Amino acid sequence: MSGYLVTILITISIYAMLAHSLNIITGHAGQISLGHAAFFGIGAYAAGLLYTKAGLPFWLDVPLAAVMAGIVGAILGIPCLRVRDDFLAITTMGIGFVVEAVFLYIPFFGGAMGIGGINLPSWFGREMTKGEYFILILAVLALLLLLDYRLGRSWIGLAWASIREDEQAASAMSVHVVRFKVLAFVLGSALAGLAGGFYAHFLTFIMPQNFGFGQSILILCMVVFGGIGTRWGPLVGAALLGILPEISRPIMEYRTLLYGLLLVGMMRFQPSGLLGEDSLVVKSFIKGLSRLRQGS
Amino acid sequence: MPLLEVSSLSKDFAGLRALDQVSFSADGGKILGVIGPNGAGKTTLFNIISGIYPPTGGEVFFQGKSLAGMHPHDISHLGIGRTFQIVRPFQNLDVETNVLVAFGHRSYRSLWKSMAPCRRPEALQEVRRLIERTGLRPYAKSLGKNLPLGFKKRLEIARALALQPRLLLLDEPSGGLRYEESYQLMDLIRMLRDQGIGILLIEHNMQVVMDLCERIVVLDHGSKIAEGSPEEIRADPQVIEAYLGKEAEDA
Repeated sequence: MSGYLVTILITISIYAMLAHSLNIITGHAGQISLGHAAFFGIGAYAAGLLYTKAGLPFWLDVPLAAVMAGIVGAILGIPCLRVRDDFLAITTMGIGFVVEAVFLYIPFFGGAMGIGGINLPSWFGREMTKGEYFILILAVLALLLLLDYRLGRSWIGLAWASIREDEQAASAMSVHVVRFKVLAFVLGSALAGLAGGFYAHFLTFIMPQNFGFGQSILILCMVVFGGIGTRWGPLVGAALLGILPEISRPIMEYRTLLYGLLLVGMMRFQPSGLLGEDSLVVKSFIKGLSRLRQGS
Repeated sequence: MPLLEVSSLSKDFAGLRALDQVSFSADGGKILGVIGPNGAGKTTLFNIISGIYPPTGGEVFFQGKSLAGMHPHDISHLGIGRTFQIVRPFQNLDVETNVLVAFGHRSYRSLWKSMAPCRRPEALQEVRRLIERTGLRPYAKSLGKNLPLGFKKRLEIARALALQPRLLLLDEPSGGLRYEESYQLMDLIRMLRDQGIGILLIEHNMQVVMDLCERIVVLDHGSKIAEGSPEEIRADPQVIEAYLGKEAEDA
């Protein structure tokens, strides 16, 4: 595999992890977040600092980064999730700005220059190749999907679905609404932190701009584009929106225009996402299959 | 000891007194009607009992235990199920899943138990039994939003029953229903009473109230103005006045 291709694949798979983590909060539990990149950033900075300043190896700093992002998610989530809908959107957006500002203005975090020298992980006494790193990320992603499958079939998944549908009715059905919302927020934040750790070791240096408002919106777009609340949708969204900047290189200047048009088109024709309810992709796939069967 | 005891309950909303020193009690296996003109405070009463808002004054006791400071999820877990005046089934979940949500009341309190798979055969079997009992079988796989109104109301009752309640709060179950539909619903409510569940029933349809209830509490402008058997209530001059207005004495 060429270096260029592997780089794109790694980027996409990290975005897939990230979109998957937001899907837990926004898709499963129905809580909008416009500041998800903050937890991605917390994970990346935690991993970067633990690696460069504390000298911890990759295998420790990345899990710790996830734990830290989860803890910050719990601290911020408890006040946050007592507000609803549009207030929640604005509160989470605020969190995103505050976290980015902390990275930018507190010297400990390296300011605008960010943190450098975060290498790819080592194993068997040598540094991993990018291809190996990609396979490692894919393996983690597979585990996350398995976790998602298990959660979806558990009482937790059911409680989230009921909260997404109607909080008041859910609480009348003995669902502890705040507790389950915080659980979604903590889990989603921790997994975003995990993605951040992988991202830091891949980029080798990180800057506050990597984790700004634009990034939060991009993650949300991936989730919405692929199909919010579905298991595979966020992955598809991450793959498509991750490839798009590469194939649209010749029309670089119009890239954001293309993004905007795609989203408007999606909202008009497939509001539940590519793999969501009334999915044209799934429908035409089933149609194609039945036609094949009739043909044979 | 009564199943439910409401003791001088009051509720103010920004200076407006929605409930004023209301007291009564309800027993298991009995249907207690709560009636009164619009704005009398009936739904407010239900919302306080089920923990949606805290009372300004007074207290509610369930099986002798005070409900002060409890949240809706605690109260529903204790065994008080409710339906809503404006139905709110989980719109995008099917009927079985709607009922299953309430069935998790034994699992939600522990994170460990919450991680267990929810669609176990035993749980599903009980869910189907409830669906059968409430006459929802033809719609078992339909989404909440696609049910006709009468069946949405049944779904709310089925969901409340999945909590294995000792007390049911039914907020206008026959509202918006056709005559036959509301009669079928009354049969269901009687059946639940005969199984020993205590029922508090808010109802506008006087025919339904008079037929179903052993006792009736009448609210007007937040105060209890009468309590008694259907015959006593029908003859009570204060009740007649609340509903029909004062007779023009000075004419």
